[in-house]
Amino acid sequence: MKAENDLNYAAIDNIYDTWKSQKGALIPMLQEMQEEFGYLPRTALEYLAKKLHQPISQIYGVCTFYSQFHLKPRGKHIIRVCQGTACHVRGIAKIATALEEELEVPVGDTTEDLLFTYESVACVGCCGLAPVMMIDDVTYGRLNAAAVPDILKKYEGGEGNDS
Amino acid sequence: MTAKPKIVVGLGTCGIAAGGREIYNAIEKALTENNIDAELTQTGCIGACENEVLVDIAKPGQPRISYGKVTEEKIGEVVTNHLLHDKIDREFALGKIGEGELSAEYDDLPYFFTDLPFYEKQVRLCLRNCGFINPEKIDEYVERDGYQALKQVITEMKPEEVVEVIKSSGLRGRGGGGFSTGMKWQFTMNAVGDKKYVVCNADEGDPGAFMDRSILEGDPHSVMEGMAIAGYAVGADEGYIYCRAEYPLAVNRLKMAIEQAKEKNFLGDNIFGTDFSFNLKVKEGAGAFVCGEETALLMSIEGKRGMPRPRPPFPANEGLFGKPTCLNNVETFANVPVVILDGPEKFASIGTEGSKGTKVFALTGSINRTGLAEVPMGITLEEVVYDVAGGIIDDGKFKAVQAGGPSGGCIPEDLLHLPIDYDSLTEAGAMMGSGGLVVMGEDTCMVDIARYFLSFTQIESCGKCTPCREGTKRMLEILERIVAGEGKPDDIEKLKTLGEAISATALCGLGQTAPNPVLTTLRYFQEEYEQHIFDKRCVAGICVDLMFYLIDAELCNGCGRCRKACPVSAISGDKKEVHVIDKETCIKCGVCVEKCKQEAISLQS
Ligand SMILES: Cc1cc2nc3c(=O)[nH]c(=O)nc-3n(C[C@H](O)[C@H](O)[C@H](O)COP(=O)(O)O)c2cc1C
Ligand code: FES
Repeated sequence: MKAENDLNYAAIDNIYDTWKSQKGALIPMLQEMQEEFGYLPRTALEYLAKKLHQPISQIYGVCTFYSQFHLKPRGKHIIRVCQGTACHVRGIAKIATALEEELEVPVGDTTEDLLFTYESVACVGCCGLAPVMMIDDVTYGRLNAAAVPDILKKYEGGEGNDS
Repeated sequence: MTAKPKIVVGLGTCGIAAGGREIYNAIEKALTENNIDAELTQTGCIGACENEVLVDIAKPGQPRISYGKVTEEKIGEVVTNHLLHDKIDREFALGKIGEGELSAEYDDLPYFFTDLPFYEKQVRLCLRNCGFINPEKIDEYVERDGYQALKQVITEMKPEEVVEVIKSSGLRGRGGGGFSTGMKWQFTMNAVGDKKYVVCNADEGDPGAFMDRSILEGDPHSVMEGMAIAGYAVGADEGYIYCRAEYPLAVNRLKMAIEQAKEKNFLGDNIFGTDFSFNLKVKEGAGAFVCGEETALLMSIEGKRGMPRPRPPFPANEGLFGKPTCLNNVETFANVPVVILDGPEKFASIGTEGSKGTKVFALTGSINRTGLAEVPMGITLEEVVYDVAGGIIDDGKFKAVQAGGPSGGCIPEDLLHLPIDYDSLTEAGAMMGSGGLVVMGEDTCMVDIARYFLSFTQIESCGKCTPCREGTKRMLEILERIVAGEGKPDDIEKLKTLGEAISATALCGLGQTAPNPVLTTLRYFQEEYEQHIFDKRCVAGICVDLMFYLIDAELCNGCGRCRKACPVSAISGDKKEVHVIDKETCIKCGVCVEKCKQEAISLQS
């Protein structure tokens, strides 16, 4: 949380400048800010609101409406289990249970060591390979519960981007 | 044409998820190590997800051979055998595409599109290029008549004529509603405004659907060309593609495609030297299902909360930034160049009276061949489930097919003879929806499926109107108590009353259709609800609260491991004697099952 005080305001200025001439650019601005900070810190939103001459409540309303935006810090790796129909029918529940056991946090939470944030997603569009989960940008298909610990291990020892 | 052998790796999202990038690298390595001069390239999804990773190899003058389910270890060998020794590895070879000379020994290899059961009944219009071209190279699209339709339209036709052609083709919107595309274009053309927009709905929010993703990843230009034609017809010079953020690859390929099209002047100012100009932008969604609804989508492009508003006014008159807007789905736009090039008569000759052309379906669930299939309208569900998708896995028994996602419904076995078109599916209580077909076998619980869909729409309800916000919540509570074994005798009636009330009064399509999965399962599978409520049984063995653990007396050797592990001491029995579980005490944690080396403990319904 202390990071909020020494926010990189210049980065926000840059993002604002890139988008200010376009109509309806609040969402891409927020997307880039989240990319920059990992989440959307309150002070950053307040700063942006001033620049946009918009009430913070309106910006907050947009942030909470879309599941992509986060107001709290998140883990280094984002795990998304698919809650889509194909995955439901092909037994994603068992994968979710295995993940919960390994991570020891419920859906929506971040592990204490800030390594993983565990989320669900409506469908990642790989239904042909159901059940499916994503870690960061990597999609894991044709999963079974037994494979979960091994997959997580790849990310525990430092980087996990080898696959 | 190519003098060099060509190797094509399927790198759509599913190909990558199945390990396509590793295969690509392995091929590259094999080529270098063996000093083989070949062109290695990529393509989008060809639809046969079950067989990912797919690699096609073609030597000049020979048919192209498609290999499926290739592995990182073996692919090097497959490539060298094929290219250096003309040997085709039958373990992986699926079939051949195109003509050419091939050793007689391989005469029996099936033709990919005509002989393989998955493709036999397909007609590929929208997916004509998917799996053939490299989506990142505009020249490959142009080689296959790309942007010819646009050229024809803007250099030879008047906007009214374009609208007339689309109308007479009978093309209807592929985004769910099935509204006549020609009519929609006409309304937008006739609307008065100093500025107009074309918007492509690429939000594809239905869980279990991935048609639009595959088209965008495999053939982005076909969608863009369709949009530019629409722009000419309705008088718009600017377009937006609203793509969900969960599809990063599609977004990237679109952006790349737009740049390349601009360079070639297929987009931009004075296209083909005419005074027609058209520019495109990609907007990324931010994760909200309701943004697939057209008015919510437009709000979202404007940077606001994506909440639907009542219609009329329709977007054709008052759309993006208040201007007349022509909004269509990805697949709808991808059909447009085909309609223009082949002519509306040919397009209209495929399909049924009210539904023309083809529809792309995402086939998933408990079937043998999952994937993407484009079939002519009017084909029966039975043909799709059994002939195309190959029936239920493990020779299981069919129970229902879910069509149309959270807005659709579950169709039982005795309606499998239904032809697939907009009207007959709606009559059955389901709907065409965007094209997800999830096939379910006997091990699926229909009450659980209804609860699943409702929990989805409940979470995604934007909260603006009361029937949807409160009503879906009440329905969900009822379903949750039924699957927990606490259903009440009048719950079925309550679900029906609530469902019908919500359908009749909700503000937008999300709420109006949210009760469909519940209402259709009640219509066709009411006895399953009754079993849950009155007999406290879940025949499919899904609802854990209605199940109990049982020790098989034949298999139990009385080792006592389960008794010691049970956290609530629900298991009793003497050493070396058969053990029993007390159903009342048991909390169904399942620890005993893990501990039992005899595999004597199982869940029973
Ligand atoms: C809740 C809801 C979600 C929708 N989601 C989508 C979607 O993901 N993709 C889509 O093309 N249309 C979706 N639609 C339909 C659109 O509102 C609109 O009718 C469609 O995009 C129009 O294009 P078409 O005429 O080419 O089908 C949705 C509608 C509702 C009510
Ligand atoms: S349902 Fe899981 S990827 Fe689509």
